[in-house]
Amino acid sequence: MRSSSAVLVVAVFLASAVEMVEALTVVVAVGVTRGWRSAVEGTVVAVLVLAGLVAAVGPALVHYVPLGTLRVVVGGLLLVFGLQWLRKAVLRSAGLKAKHDEDTIFQAHVDELSSVEGGGTGRDTTAFTVAFKGVFLEGLEVVVIVLTLGTTEHRLGLASVAALAAVVVVGTVGAVVARQLSGVPENALKAVVGVMLVSYGTFWTGEGIGVHWPGSDATILVLVAAYGAVAWVLGRVLSAERTGGERAGGVHVA
Amino acid sequence: MSRDEQTPSIWRRAAVAFGRFWWDFLVGETPELLVGSVAAVGAAALLVHSGAARAVVVGALPVLVVVILALSAFRGRPRVRSRGDGEK
Repeated sequence: MRSSSAVLVVAVFLASAVEMVEALTVVVAVGVTRGWRSAVEGTVVAVLVLAGLVAAVGPALVHYVPLGTLRVVVGGLLLVFGLQWLRKAVLRSAGLKAKHDEDTIFQAHVDELSSVEGGGTGRDTTAFTVAFKGVFLEGLEVVVIVLTLGTTEHRLGLASVAALAAVVVVGTVGAVVARQLSGVPENALKAVVGVMLVSYGTFWTGEGIGVHWPGSDATILVLVAAYGAVAWVLGRVLSAERTGGERAGGVHVA
Repeated sequence: MSRDEQTPSIWRRAAVAFGRFWWDFLVGETPELLVGSVAAVGAAALLVHSGAARAVVVGALPVLVVVILALSAFRGRPRVRSRGDGEK
């Protein structure tokens, strides 16, 4: 497997896993409070709609958009999206942003759903809608990642399989432990995915505008290492600045 | 005004939701990342087409990306204020 394909599989799998953990939190909250039938129905319908989106848009992008244009646009999307993930990861590692807490989110969903009348064993519109929306919205980000990474590499099938594998793994683990996966190191995974998306984004926009990377695909691995190191250093610098400010008697004002 | 006129159609709501998704996806709380990325890619493209040395062309985009990330991260940190401020 080429280095770019390996990074693609890992990036899509991890990004999908992280988003699916967030979706699972919503689905479990719906199932526990409103009953499982509508929660599962909403989830299945959302996954089918998302798969239909990939099947409809993916091949059209590959066949009708020139490769150079596709690489610049898609690389740019990956760059912006990846930088957003990486920035959050840096701020979280420095203790300057609250970490994503699935337990708190789960409890908020349970409280909200418990206050709505209905539920039980029959068909429940509220449960269906909330489960569908949760899975669809989280899944939409996965669809964008699958389409962008899959089409630029001409490996839409491989990207789709990696995403599907993440859905199956997270779904199975969630079903076995029968709760949201708050033990998953989500913040660390997001940092890794952020580094990979920024690396891919840099590589493909570069290719699209005519940069000839030394070592071709292997450049992606160099970019992953470099961006990973930069993110780590940034986190340390910001963390030192925060603790220095606190020792000097300052308070953080959001 | 009738009730039908007051309630947005499903297509209108879908269009608004679609627009909101892309806005959150690309801009969200960090417009500087979108603006910075576009500027970085534009600057790198100018270097490529101006015939700059290969090392400069290859290094430009990653360096600019690092600068954008650093500036955005520093911009995103909460302000630190002395405990004495505002207590008078």
